[in-house]
Amino acid sequence: MRILGIGRALPAQAVSNAQLEQLLDTSDEWIRTRTGIRERRIMREETVTGLALGAAREALADAGLHGRDLDMIIATTALGDDLFPSIACLVQQELEADCPCVDLHAACTGFIYALDTADAYIKSGKARNVLIISAEGLSRVSDWTDRGTCVLFGDGAGAAVVGLGEGLLSIRLAAQTGRALLYSAAPAQSCPFTPQNGDGAWGIRMQGQEVFRFAVSSSARDLQAAADMAGLSIADADWVLLHQANMRILQSVRQRLGIDAARMPTNIHRLGNTSSASVPMLLYDLYHSGLLQPGHILALSAFGAGMTSGACLIRWDKPAPLNLRAPAETLFFA
Amino acid sequence: MDAFSKIATALAERAGSAADAITPDTKFQELSLDSLDVAELIMDLEDTFSVTIDMSTLDGTVGSLVRQVEEAGK
Repeated sequence: MRILGIGRALPAQAVSNAQLEQLLDTSDEWIRTRTGIRERRIMREETVTGLALGAAREALADAGLHGRDLDMIIATTALGDDLFPSIACLVQQELEADCPCVDLHAACTGFIYALDTADAYIKSGKARNVLIISAEGLSRVSDWTDRGTCVLFGDGAGAAVVGLGEGLLSIRLAAQTGRALLYSAAPAQSCPFTPQNGDGAWGIRMQGQEVFRFAVSSSARDLQAAADMAGLSIADADWVLLHQANMRILQSVRQRLGIDAARMPTNIHRLGNTSSASVPMLLYDLYHSGLLQPGHILALSAFGAGMTSGACLIRWDKPAPLNLRAPAETLFFA
Repeated sequence: MDAFSKIATALAERAGSAADAITPDTKFQELSLDSLDVAELIMDLEDTFSVTIDMSTLDGTVGSLVRQVEEAGK
């Protein structure tokens, strides 16, 4: 499997920490020092499906393919605009694709899980070209009275078209049950035979310290395992892209694995935590910065609710796009 | 070096303060360590002492962390 094209779509509205200070008992300094986030994008008129479609169209164009060339669409999301149908089905017609469509839910690790699924379909000969879309609208899941969590999340979508090739060097997935650490309950329902269904209200609930420990330890472990599987070391990776959950997580993983800061780009300051969309959107920014060159080794790592985690190594073979849409100076480094 | 001394040294290093000013009653907050600093310190201590530390039993003081490390190491 190799990545043939990448796309991204963001809501137009950027919401700064200063704007959140007007709504919540929080401060720009508190948010920045604990998370690295300065602003995030929040949907107004946009929809998760619309963002998914925008990212998908750009990825297909970057791959030089049409929707008709797709053999499968896999979307990952914590929650689409509807509980069903799936986002993958909703974008299919717009893309003029005629192929199986499915949404895959592995929380923030969704993109890595989808890469593994696509790889399995391609390796088995069941598919040649697979579109992966990671589209998230966590602003609509957040509890906007909880200052500890709502400041963290942003909306956006990243997409990748993958096809036949030798780019994926290794991949490792993991999961362990751990609802109490990080969850969002289904809203209360009205079934007359069930007094209380679900926890009653939207909202992301998180045990911050425990999630931090899980994220750092699982990311370091998965990256090391993926490197071992590829017969490489983490030092061989030109770029290490982590799920953009929190700058402090990035820094802790970087220190534990002895990774140079210059090899760990981040866009969390501009986009916040966008769940499964964060890895493909960071890959998009790196690709469109012109820094990512053919032959480079990429290490991707994500972790999230479940608890799920995963990492992979990819040998990149696409030249930088002619029209760079994310100047290098917009990337920070962990 | 006993567990308290090792932990006080690790805390002082992270907080940029003097280890001999740290007592079992010192609160992490007094050392200007936020919750993620404490989580990271605990991960380091778990590696150092080869133990698993249950953060839910900590009361925010250095002494509670030392007790946890000593208990977990038994």
